[in-house]
Amino acid sequence: MFTKTVDIFSILSHIIFWVIIMMNYIWGFMVIISFVISAIRGNVSEVTAASLEGAKEAITTIIGLLGIMCFWTGLTRIAEKSGLTAFFETALRPLTHKLFPKLPKNSPAMTAISMNMTANLLGMGNAATPLGLKAMEELNKLNKFRDTASDEMCTFAVINTASIQLIPSTIISLRQMYGSQNPGEIILPVWICSILALVAGVTVSKILEKRSRL
Amino acid sequence: MSFISAYAVPLMIFVFVLSGIIRKVKVFDAFTEGAKEGLECTIKIMPSLIGLMVGISMFRASGAMEIISQIFAPVLNFLRIPKEIFPLAILRPVSGSGSIAIVTDILNKYGPDSLVGRIASVMMGSTETTFYTLAVYFGCIGIKKTRHTLKSALTADFTGIILSVFTVYLLLNK
Repeated sequence: MFTKTVDIFSILSHIIFWVIIMMNYIWGFMVIISFVISAIRGNVSEVTAASLEGAKEAITTIIGLLGIMCFWTGLTRIAEKSGLTAFFETALRPLTHKLFPKLPKNSPAMTAISMNMTANLLGMGNAATPLGLKAMEELNKLNKFRDTASDEMCTFAVINTASIQLIPSTIISLRQMYGSQNPGEIILPVWICSILALVAGVTVSKILEKRSRL
Repeated sequence: MSFISAYAVPLMIFVFVLSGIIRKVKVFDAFTEGAKEGLECTIKIMPSLIGLMVGISMFRASGAMEIISQIFAPVLNFLRIPKEIFPLAILRPVSGSGSIAIVTDILNKYGPDSLVGRIASVMMGSTETTFYTLAVYFGCIGIKKTRHTLKSALTADFTGIILSVFTVYLLLNK
């Protein structure tokens, strides 16, 4: 039973990797197929109108998002300068030590990892990626194999593919733009979902790392 | 519960600014400096967002989106996922601006406080662009064998997607 689900996973993963490589074709196909189907159904003019509407909508969205994005990155810069992010980083240390028990406690890898997690938590997307890449480089220095990921790399990557944001600011502002009565009502469900998703991902990765011992 | 939701954002803003003032940071200068970065970053996603939103709204208007959702309807019904959510669940792990485009489309069409709008919001907030992240993180250090990473990351995504439907049913749409 278990091996069967794993097979489905790997098939699915190949399909989606293929999807990424094919993004250019997919976008092209989307446009072409839309016209073909609308020609059959006889609503070509609607589709043409929709294309112009979509372009307009994109600009409205960006303008709506721009304010809150700038506000948020501005605030996080204050937190960075005041040492608040450093405080968060220290507070996260016990957790990172638990997640990466084999890493030396004050190694550059451990520091980069907890800084990356802090940046993600505070919604500093711009800072999180470079810090994450730094952490991967440091982990790679400790890696004994050249092209194979270590246990720590796998766990760290899984943590970064789960969303661990305190305030999901993008979606809150989108909800506000479209006239929600309570844009922030989703925060609690978001926390629950992202924590459980993270726990699920890390658990599976810890179980599988024992099965695929290097 | 509504207490947490209502106070999370203002509390965080308060703490950020207060910490700056206590530690004698030039708060306004720091703010504008950071805001400039946000400006550049948001403008950068504009071209791909325009392209994707044009594509998606054409796809929807032509009826193609409906056809695809119909094909997957039995599975979706089983998982209690509304079929309007399906395109988001599929695109979320693949493309960040693509999923912003779909969420915007959903909020615009069904409203942010509808069942579908709420599920889409929670899904968007609690999951990440898994494939992009993995490609960048492993690509930059030249790791080709990622072992069990993808399975674990997809488990996390699947958990997040299914739970966002259930938490909305349990907490918001009582």
